[in-house]
Amino acid sequence: MPSLAPTLSSPSAGAPPAASGVRRRTRTAYLLLIPGLLWLGIFFVIPLVSLFFTSLQAPTDKAGVYQPALQVSNYLVALQEYWPQFIRSFVYAGIATVLALVIAYPLAYFIAFRAGKWKALMLVLVVAPFFASFLLRTYAWRTILSDEGAITTFFNALHLLPQGRILNTPIAVVLGLTYNFLPFMILPLFAALDKIDPRLIEASKDLYAKPSTAFRKVIWPLSLPGVVAGTLLTFIPAAGDYINATLLGAPGDRMVGNAIQTNFLQFRDYPTASALSFILMAIILTLVFVYIRRAGTEDLV
Amino acid sequence: MTVAQGSEVQDLNLVDLVKSFGDFVAVDDLTLTIPAGSFFALLGPSGCGKTTTLRMVAGLEEPTSGRIMLGTQDITDEKPYKRQVNTVFQSYALFPHLDIFENVAFGLRRRGVKNVDAQVNDMLELVELGPMARRKPAQLSGGQQQRVAVARALINHPGVLLLDEPLGALDLKLRRQMQIELKRIQDEVGTTFVHVTHDQEEAMTMADTVAVMNKGRIEQMGPPVDIYDLPRTAFVANFLGQSNLAQGSVSGTSGDNLVVSSSGASFTLPSERSVRQDGDLLIGVRPEKLAIDAADADTVPDRHNRLSGKVTDASFTGVSTQYLVMTTWGDEWIIFEQNRSADLHQLGDEVVIHWAPEHTFGLEIPAGG
Repeated sequence: MPSLAPTLSSPSAGAPPAASGVRRRTRTAYLLLIPGLLWLGIFFVIPLVSLFFTSLQAPTDKAGVYQPALQVSNYLVALQEYWPQFIRSFVYAGIATVLALVIAYPLAYFIAFRAGKWKALMLVLVVAPFFASFLLRTYAWRTILSDEGAITTFFNALHLLPQGRILNTPIAVVLGLTYNFLPFMILPLFAALDKIDPRLIEASKDLYAKPSTAFRKVIWPLSLPGVVAGTLLTFIPAAGDYINATLLGAPGDRMVGNAIQTNFLQFRDYPTASALSFILMAIILTLVFVYIRRAGTEDLV
Repeated sequence: MTVAQGSEVQDLNLVDLVKSFGDFVAVDDLTLTIPAGSFFALLGPSGCGKTTTLRMVAGLEEPTSGRIMLGTQDITDEKPYKRQVNTVFQSYALFPHLDIFENVAFGLRRRGVKNVDAQVNDMLELVELGPMARRKPAQLSGGQQQRVAVARALINHPGVLLLDEPLGALDLKLRRQMQIELKRIQDEVGTTFVHVTHDQEEAMTMADTVAVMNKGRIEQMGPPVDIYDLPRTAFVANFLGQSNLAQGSVSGTSGDNLVVSSSGASFTLPSERSVRQDGDLLIGVRPEKLAIDAADADTVPDRHNRLSGKVTDASFTGVSTQYLVMTTWGDEWIIFEQNRSADLHQLGDEVVIHWAPEHTFGLEIPAGG
């Protein structure tokens, strides 16, 4: 909130005769909003409302055809049938988010403070995977993690793999999620770390903070907005993802995204699929709300 | 408020200190003793190595060679967070996520001090910011932030407090106020202050000892009054205040005085006020030591050095008038004259400038002009 205050108060701080100018500026601002609002209305609000009504539809005699109704029980049925997928989604996405944070933080730190003239190049490299298709890259992991591959062979030699393999296990799904959403963690972390004045770190050292204390008391708190943004940008899409579970997991590792996909496209059970979508959205919104509250940075999002 | 617990105030000694960045020598074989409890100013233009020197003392920059001693203790290789030295940074570098209280308490907490409240409140009282304790740095004005930066450093009772252009970001009026404020705080706590600045007036107002730095070396060091009165290099003569300089050569002696001839005129100066006793040299005199009279005036004392010229500019500033006078050999000299009488010299007036020989100083001609 404090970050908003100056922007809001500055027009009124100007001279009173400028009021008409202010009004014109406000009108321009609203005009500029129209394309975005139209887009949101047509491609977000209308589908969302339609999805909501679909989630309450009741079956008819013909398979795949549903009629308008207020069948709230769709939600209960969906939950009863698919709660393991929900749990898996959030556990996998949670682990992937933590892994991504652990990998991304040192990298983002290095790019922000130590990369020097290589900074731009390293940022390009972080984004580079986006130049290849998401599907293709995930498919590539099937080769990397294949049963005869070097990685699996290595870990098997050490007897570290309970199932004797990585591909088609939850490990592969989590690794895939971590890999695919890593840039979404690195970029906001980098943005937050890059903003930190290096002189603050010098000041903390000058004031008797060991490097580890300087990190805990100065760098980490100042990077929190990036941590919050990065974890949200990783966790939310990871929780709804189904590509990684499809390509890298076994049938028993399916996530809620897979359930929605098969209900929509294979079973053509639109009400259940819609109900699952709404439940997923509700859970994510609740988690995000609680998380941001706990992080105490509501003014930063 | 006295320096009680923590470190005693000790001399700071820099011995043969060198810092080079690649080919560039920022600090060139600096040897310096800063006496305990003094207010010491390192004065110089930007890029002269004064900030680098300060950062080496703080431990934020590693010397290429040389030693840094605090009292008898060699702190050259000590980590910055272990040194009994604290810094007031140029940009203040206050922690934006902590309130003023926590900013000031930061150093105490890091050293495991349990009850910081009394000390922090005392310190905020000293810098007159008690009511601001729970504000965030961004909610304070520049001058207030500056005082927080001082409090945050001083609360640790450092052996030496380093100030890196601490007033640079403040406007003129606030700067004057803070100069007095800092001087008062230093008197009160008795800690050694090492103040880096490029502002010669600030250095002279605040410091007991000023070291004028140029190109990584100290050109001259001493109490401001002494350096101002008797600069020993042309750089000091021009950087610390203004000087009128003229090139000449020693043509003889008369008693304890040197006689210097310059562009047909002849000047005398006490030989102990000259760096050179023979050959070519620069003679100089401060603008306020000069008197200006009409060319036909007969009031010029015989013993005075004199030269004639023509007024090319006169700026009236109330208490004084600043004249520019073109000398016969084409140099422009600056003269400050107090406005004791109402009749001022006009543009184009033929005048005579004169001054007492003991206000003259003799300098080496700097290499390369």
